[in-house]
Amino acid sequence: MNPAFLSALRTSLPANALLIEPEALRPYECDGLSAYRQVPLAVCLPETLEQAQAVLRVCRQYNVPVVARGAGTGLSGGALPLANGVILSLARFNRILEIDAENRLARVQPGVRNLAISEAVAHLGLYYAPDPSSQIACSIGGNVAENSGGVHCLKYGLTVHNLLALKVLTIDGELLDIGLQALDSPGYDLLALMTGSEGLLGIVVEVTVKLLVKPERAQVVLAAFDSVETAGAAVARIIGAGILPAGLEMMDNLSIRAAEDFVHAGYPVDATAILLCELDGLNAEVSEQILALRAVLLDAGATEVRTAEDEAQRLKFWAGRKGAFPAVGRISPDYYCMDGTIPRQHLARVLGRIGELSAQYGLRVANVFHAGDGNLHPLILFDANQPDELHRAEAFGTDILKLCVEVGGTVTGEHGIGVEKLDAACSQFTPEELSQFHAIKAAFDPAGLLNPGKAVPTLHRCAEMGRMHVHGGALPFPELPRF
Amino acid sequence: MSLETELIDRVKQAASRRAPLCIVGGGSKAFYGRACTSDRLEVSGHRGIVAYEPTELVISARAGTPLAEIEAALAANNQMLPFEPPHFSEHATFGGMVAAGLSGPRRPWGGSVRDAVLGVKLLNGRGDVLRLGGQVMKNVAGYDVSRLMVGALGTLGVLLEVSVKVLPRPACERTLVFDPGVDKPLSGMPVSASLQVDGRRYLRLSASSRCIEMAADQLGGEPADAAIWTAAREQTLPFFRTALPLWRISLPAAAPALNLPGSELIEWAGAQRWLAGELPAQAIRQRVAVLGGHATLFRGHAGAAAVFHPLPPAMLALHQRVKQALDPHGIFNPGRLYPEL
Repeated sequence: MNPAFLSALRTSLPANALLIEPEALRPYECDGLSAYRQVPLAVCLPETLEQAQAVLRVCRQYNVPVVARGAGTGLSGGALPLANGVILSLARFNRILEIDAENRLARVQPGVRNLAISEAVAHLGLYYAPDPSSQIACSIGGNVAENSGGVHCLKYGLTVHNLLALKVLTIDGELLDIGLQALDSPGYDLLALMTGSEGLLGIVVEVTVKLLVKPERAQVVLAAFDSVETAGAAVARIIGAGILPAGLEMMDNLSIRAAEDFVHAGYPVDATAILLCELDGLNAEVSEQILALRAVLLDAGATEVRTAEDEAQRLKFWAGRKGAFPAVGRISPDYYCMDGTIPRQHLARVLGRIGELSAQYGLRVANVFHAGDGNLHPLILFDANQPDELHRAEAFGTDILKLCVEVGGTVTGEHGIGVEKLDAACSQFTPEELSQFHAIKAAFDPAGLLNPGKAVPTLHRCAEMGRMHVHGGALPFPELPRF
Repeated sequence: MSLETELIDRVKQAASRRAPLCIVGGGSKAFYGRACTSDRLEVSGHRGIVAYEPTELVISARAGTPLAEIEAALAANNQMLPFEPPHFSEHATFGGMVAAGLSGPRRPWGGSVRDAVLGVKLLNGRGDVLRLGGQVMKNVAGYDVSRLMVGALGTLGVLLEVSVKVLPRPACERTLVFDPGVDKPLSGMPVSASLQVDGRRYLRLSASSRCIEMAADQLGGEPADAAIWTAAREQTLPFFRTALPLWRISLPAAAPALNLPGSELIEWAGAQRWLAGELPAQAIRQRVAVLGGHATLFRGHAGAAAVFHPLPPAMLALHQRVKQALDPHGIFNPGRLYPEL
């Protein structure tokens, strides 16, 4: 490391906020995508805005890349360090600054955990809606960077729909106020542009989120089907009937059995597929909708329809779904998790095609996904110790993401491009579109120092599909539910 | 030659000659924003619904499609644009709706235009056609350039096609009117619109019929004509028949009263307030900024005025660089949003 750069960092930060020893850097070598590892030059852990500004100015001066990091739970390698760069950890920006119940908003620092916001406002009957599966650990700053989703996106939207304002530092250390506590703000919608920009445009140092009133009642209906195509078609029937579920999830037989063995959720293990449909809102309305929903499901060919008898059973139904990834990890040495989104109308067709591909490649696939918004997480099961299985799993995954793009969908619904899907992004965007993204990046960060090389592939990069490689059935952060 | 090819050619020519263009759809919101005086680029001929599958909750249409046509197609399937956009004329287009970014009475409960936009097909200032975003709810590939178009008043590119999320219509709706002084708590009520004008307070409830009965019993009030919401949205209420400058003031919903001279109409549970008054712009903007909001000179200006709330220098500089990234030759709607863009 350039001694002048190191000395400048030392002047910018208290001694305990700068890590440079190899053993201290090691925990930062990867995020939730542990297949990619790289030790950074240094890790900066500022505690104040001034310290963060000083770090950025030093990096700008010495032309050193900066990778922002929240809780490090991301699944696409967005917080993967660069060998010649520093990690700017926002972990110590962990305070809730303001809760305004009247205006239904909370102003928080980026290192605050997603779930901590809802916990802090629960006594007011309020909550923060986006609920990525890692919500007990992931930070709100990381949620902004990834535009995180969850199981309630169809009704309540993604992170971008639940923000009011951001404070952002530019690479020059300049503080920008983006958005207002009002419902809109003058000028371009830079709030939308910042959300999901994967740390390439600026460093988020404060987030104002919208809070919602907790629904009077939430209820879950579980429906069993004897084919995945029928279950997929039932999803369209529910939406067509004018029902807008808070959550609508689907699991196929392999995932049902794995989850049942793991969590004992009470799932019908003989079903080929199940749908979990959550309805929420006013008590009387939920009651009416459950009746309508049951009728639609039976009419759509459900072999069994169960309404959770009480809150405990509702949570149990969800526990099986939330534990599905680790559950599948118990039945296969390795698996790839895909994250494509497709227009819902193609659900039955895409599922049918995935089944055919599964036979063709001779590899099992467990389908676990957000059926309501078409966000698929097919898990391709394989054994890396068997010759050729890894290669076949990769080819299978490539075909699935291609299929998603072919039917008008996208290669990433919620995990982000990061480093993992750079090749897949090449196949989704034209050179002109990628050039436009690079021009926008340059408008914010002309020297290209903020998380360079992530999220938007260079024009030179060839197209191949992306995947999340999970070895030994172990996801990074195995204690976190993944869905 | 297709109209799209023609538009691409016009833009490429304009870019090479550095000759600015004013993008014109149906002209329904020509009054909104600062004046644009360059050559016109007519896009209203580029029309037609491209894809609409009701169970998908998404509609995709060419930007010149009449807004009325979109809404009729949705209504035929018992669906709606959740943000209830104003038309301001029968000629309003789908693309103009996005460029203006204006939402109607349902906005605080149903979301805004920008919330609903999922993807665009965009012609940038280099004459490149870009497909950004998509037709799906969840999509985090690439920067969210689609939503950046909302409210940009055409200063960043020519919209060719737009995809937006739609919602099922509520099973039932009821409008109630309350006398002055009646202020019951609305928490837990299925409210979907609010309006305060001339000392009267209107609410719209949207839910199942049984829920509406229960809520109406609790709230009291008198039934009123639902036409009030169209009249508020289209600004045909008597309040809007004024020769005075009309300000749109966006505030945190619970912000205290403006206490500015003039008459007021309050929507969005307090988050959108219309002020008809002659106070100097600076006085209004100072007061509004203190309350955490911003003020737009909506109607009654001479085209050259500072229509939109001024941006701090660092934000303005960033806006200029973003504009440059999409429209490097500065050909689209110069000055329509801010003189510097």
